[in-house]
Parts: sequence; C-alpha cells; structure tokens
Amino acid sequence: MSEEIIKDVIIGENEEYIINMGPQHPSTHGVLRFEVCLQGETVKYLIPHIGYIHRGIEKMCEAITYPQIIHLTDRMDYLSAHINNEAVCLCVENALQIEVPERVKYIRTILAELNRIASHQLWWSAFGMDLGALTTFFYGLRDREKILDIFEESFGSRLLHSFIMPGGLMHDVHPNFQKRIKEFIAYFRKKLPEYDQLLTGNIIFQNRSKGIGLMSRETAIAYGVTGPSGRGSGWSCDIRKIAPYSAYDKVQFNEMLETEGDTFARYKVRMREMWESMNILEQLVDNIPEGDYTAKMKPIIKLPVGEYFQRVETARGELAVYIVSDGNKTPYRIKFRTPNFSNLFVMNKITSGYKIADLVAVSGSLDLVIPDIDR
Amino acid sequence: MSSNLYDFSTLTSSIHEWLSGFMSAGWVVFTELVLIGLLFLLFFALLGLFLVYLERKVCAIMQNRVGPNRVGKWGLLQTIADLIKLLIKELIPIRKSDKFLFNLAPFIVIIASLMAMAALPFAKGLQAIDFNIGVFYIMAVSSLGVVGILLAGWASNSKYSIIGAMRSGAQIVSYELSVGLSLMAIVIFSGSMQLSTIIESQANGWWIFKGHIPAFIAFVVFLVASTAEINRGPFDLAEAESELTAGFHTEYSGIKFAFFFLAEYINMFIVAALAATIFLGGWMPFHIGSWEGFNHIMDFVPPIVWFFLKTFFIIYIIMWFKWTFPRLRIDQLLTLEWKYLLPISLVNIVFIAFLVLMGWHF
Repeated sequence: MSEEIIKDVIIGENEEYIINMGPQHPSTHGVLRFEVCLQGETVKYLIPHIGYIHRGIEKMCEAITYPQIIHLTDRMDYLSAHINNEAVCLCVENALQIEVPERVKYIRTILAELNRIASHQLWWSAFGMDLGALTTFFYGLRDREKILDIFEESFGSRLLHSFIMPGGLMHDVHPNFQKRIKEFIAYFRKKLPEYDQLLTGNIIFQNRSKGIGLMSRETAIAYGVTGPSGRGSGWSCDIRKIAPYSAYDKVQFNEMLETEGDTFARYKVRMREMWESMNILEQLVDNIPEGDYTAKMKPIIKLPVGEYFQRVETARGELAVYIVSDGNKTPYRIKFRTPNFSNLFVMNKITSGYKIADLVAVSGSLDLVIPDIDR
Repeated sequence: MSSNLYDFSTLTSSIHEWLSGFMSAGWVVFTELVLIGLLFLLFFALLGLFLVYLERKVCAIMQNRVGPNRVGKWGLLQTIADLIKLLIKELIPIRKSDKFLFNLAPFIVIIASLMAMAALPFAKGLQAIDFNIGVFYIMAVSSLGVVGILLAGWASNSKYSIIGAMRSGAQIVSYELSVGLSLMAIVIFSGSMQLSTIIESQANGWWIFKGHIPAFIAFVVFLVASTAEINRGPFDLAEAESELTAGFHTEYSGIKFAFFFLAEYINMFIVAALAATIFLGGWMPFHIGSWEGFNHIMDFVPPIVWFFLKTFFIIYIIMWFKWTFPRLRIDQLLTLEWKYLLPISLVNIVFIAFLVLMGWHF
C-alpha cells in the first residue's frame, strides 16, 4: 500500500511535487487555479489557469447598448465598480464630445476615491488572512461597512452600483452625501493607525513580507503590472497623474511610490494610498459645485464611426476601454484591458524560488480580483 | 488549617477504604481505574466543549464581534450543537488511502493527550498518578501526538495533507527541545521531577517570582515553544488554512475530524496546566510576603479554583497569540527555534544551575 502512495504523491524524476492551488482554495480569492510545482516547500514554477469565471463580457457588450454596458462593467472588478463604470462613460462621452457638468466630475472623483479606499480596506483584510492574521478581516470590513453605507444611502446598492451613466449620473446624490463623507473621513483617520498597530508593525508580518516576491521596475514594465503593485516597484504609472480625467486635475495629491519592489513595498503603497485618497476627498467634498447631475443626452446613444480609447486608474491598476464603433447603438467591438489580467501573469516570475507560504503572500499583495481577470 | 480543608486526599482515601471494605485488593484497584477513566473521559469531553466555546468567544472579542449567541444562553449550547453535527456527519472514505493508518491516526492523537492528562495535579490530592518523574512523563506522552499527525498526513494520500504533516513533524520535533529545557530550568530549581513536590516547593512563592530573571525567561520560552508544539497560531503551519486548506486533517470528516479538533484543544489545556503548575504554583494560592491577612484570605479560595484560574489565564494568552499574530513561514519557524530559543534555553539552564549551586535563589 505505501509504495502505491509514494508513486501517487510524488511526481517526476526530480522529486517534483505538483499541486493545484484552486479553483477552490482559500488563498486565491476566487476561482483561479495555480498549478504549482514544488520541490519540498520551494516553488519551482507556477502556471496560472484562468477562465473559471469567464462570462464573455466583451462579446456580450457587442449586443447591448452603451448604457447597458455599464451594468456589465460592474461585474468585472466588483471592488472598483464605480471606477469601471466611469471608464466606459468617459470613453462614450469623449466619442460624443460631450462636456459633462462640473458637479458630475466632482462626484465621480469622490466616488472613485471612496471606492478605492473601500477596495484597499478589503485588500488589507484579506491580505492579513492570507498571512494567517485572522483578526484583520474584521477590522477591515468594519470600516468598509461605513463606505458601503454611504453608497447605499445614495444609490441603494452597496457593491455593484451602476450609478455613473454616460453623460453624468443616474440621479443626484443623497442630501446627506457630503455630511456622511466628512463623518467617514474623521472616523477613518482615527481607525487607520489601528491597521498599522495590528499588522504593519508586527515583526512576524515584516519578516513574512520584506524581501519576498521581488519585482524589479523592468519586470513591472515588461509584464505591464500597474496600480499599487507596479508603483511598489518604483514605476510611476498612476493614470490619475499621467492623464488626469474627471476632477483629478483640480486636486493636489501625490503618487505613492516605493522602490523596494517586494511584498512589503506593495503593502506600504496601498496603506499610503488610503491616506492620500482621504486627502483627495477632503479637497473635493466641500467644493462640489451646484448644477445638473447629467448632461443633456439623446435617448439613444449612437457613437460616430471610429475607434475610441480611455484609461482610468482603478484600485488595482490601469483599466483601459477600447471601443470600435460602426455608428450603431451597440459597439462593433469592445475591449477591456483589465489590470488584474496583467498583474496575474507576473506571479510565476516573482514567486519561483520562494516558499509556498510566500506564494500566498505575493498573490495577496498583488490584490487579484478573479472576475476581472476572466471577464 | 484551610489547606487541609480543601485536601482531596482525605476524600480519595475514604473512597479507597470504603471500597476495600467489601472488595479484594485487586478489584479495588480495578474499580478505581474504571472510575478514574470515566471521570477523565467526562472531564475531557466537557473541557473540549468549553474550550471551543471559549475560543470562539475570545476570538470574537479580539475581532469586534459578539461570537456565538443564538443557541442557549450566551450561545453556551453552540458547541454541543456543533458536536452533534459532527457526530451525525458522514465519514467520507478516501479512495487510495491507507485505511488502517487513516483510521488509527485520530486515536493516537487523542490517546496521547489523554495520557498526559493523567499526571496533572488539579488540586491537592486530586491527581490520578503522582509519578516521581511527572514532568518527564508528560513531556514523553505529549510528544506521541506527532506520530498520529504524521500518520494522518501520510495515510490520507493527499498532497496538502502530507505537506502539513511534514511541517508538523519538523516543528514538533524541534520545539520539543525548548519545551524540555525550559521545564528543566524549574526542575533544577525545585530539585525534583515530581509534580506534587514542585508545587510544594512553591508554597512560599511561585517559581516565576522566586527564580529571578532566568525563571521568567524559561517561562516565556516555554510559552512560545509549547504554542508551537501544540500547532496553534502563529505556529499553526501544519494546518495553515490559507496555504494548505486544512493541512494534515484535510481529508478527515465527522467524528474523526472532531478527534483532531478535540485533541488540539486538550493539548492546549495540558500545556497551559503544565505552565501553571511549574511556573505559577499550580493549585497554590497567591501569597505576598508577610501580608498575613491577605494570605489568609487567599487561602480560603479552593486550590482547584486557583489551578483553573491560572490555567485559563495561560489559555487566554495562547488564544491571544493566535488571533493577533500572522503565521510564520516554515524556515522562519525553524530559525526561531534552532537559532534563538534553543541557545537561549541552553545558556539559561547553565545559568540556573550556577544560581542553584551558589544558593542565590530564595
């Protein structure tokens, strides 16, 4: 019996040991499968297998109108739903050459930053869990709840909002909107240091994350790793700075850069981005101009013949929307360049040679959202 | 006076005499063994249930939650409901597993922890066997559990299980050394391996106070190393649910899983009870120097209450570890033991031997 077991368990001549992490595994945060080749506990190589949650969003978009596409973009990166909505809306508005009211721009930027904080909070919670610190999950979700309450009050939904429409917003925000955001900023400024006390300063955490999953700036550029993960390697890739959209040209903020390129650097970038997002919110929340919540739009949106491109910075990196229109009310072809798809494939490069526990830490630090990869 | 009041040996010897009145000596021993066995099994089950409940409540406090609060008053019946669920759950047979070893493993784990329980002194006279090598015995049987864990990982014929089991093997074998050496520190102080003698030697002050800094170092080393030895967070690499799903018990279900689960909690209790006995004076009440009145009041608290207070204090600390620290990596875990804890304990033990030789302790 035992010989049979040895043969079954150990594969290959060099005592390679191949395990499948996923599609149902606690550390892949969704239905992603890593085919991991181990030698002892050390990762030799890793092959990501994607497509378990492929819904053909790009193909579906070819059959529906532009306002309907908004609802599908929510379902890609569900943690940056507002920002995904905004990407398509900006693209459509650019194509139609519509100038949206200032009020809309401000509210969109506020929503994007709130969404970014909420997303980073959930990332922080899950990252702690990946490293075995189970308490972080409840701290992060406790504070994320406050943002979701703001969303719920204004749009009635907490996760998939579909609130930003081509030309503006679906309706105006709730009268409490500004008050609630100010309350949240005051609250979260007090709570964010708790995150550092619980996790950042912990010596075990630092040992687990420093020097792990090293990604050089060149690697980040070569693989197109954008967002906080790319900025952790010192690559200045913040679309909010490079190509400002909405109200980002009206606010003062810094792009967070770390040069170490390890898991801890990516962690620090996200932690600092939460502070910076609160700064952006503070600059905007009192200055929302009065006005319409939407520009005047035709009932049926038809894009002129041509190719249109727009990119935005989601909580995970650069989301680009590329629309080819043949003049109909549906796009001829639509392509989403989603950040997680690019961020995922650097995994093999930056985890080989590390331990299996580091693999979990690195995949946590890249902050992967699987539906965004598969689309 | 009051310590005699709470002495359990009068009760146990009266039971012994009563039994001897109508039985031959052999039958008396047999009856007593059965009685003690039943008592331990009952205690075992109740303790397991309570510890699971306690863990869930402590974890809830750490995480800003309420914890179980639906079944029974304050959720007290929650773990009983869980136990019933585990009992009636299907035992999933694993194809291509080594059936015999697969079924044997949970029993080895749980028997090891049951055996260790036998030597624990719960109160004055309330101890199943008072070995003259009590410390040694507990060390020996509690390390038997690793055999069960290795068997579980091996026999499951699952890749995650075997990684978990191998981690656990490396971990327990390493940390056993530090646990042993830190216990040895107090054995040197008290000059005995018999648990009752060690407790008696703390009548005028617990070793953690009497033993200067070395005893405190030994206590901390013991706490860290024993947390690792019982596979609890932040050293729960053998289970590491975010990496290995559930480690060595991935393939177990129903009551067999419950055995592993129970053994983990009982081991935690044993380790905490051992720490309380060796370092914190076991069932000895808390005394401060010459405060006669204060000491007198303390004497009125029954020894069994003292024992459980101290034990649950240590258990709380161990739970606190688990719910606030991230998990270590396997190489960091072994580095911590072989490069830090072991040298520290070795130097510490030499230092203590020197202290005792010179007679510089209280």
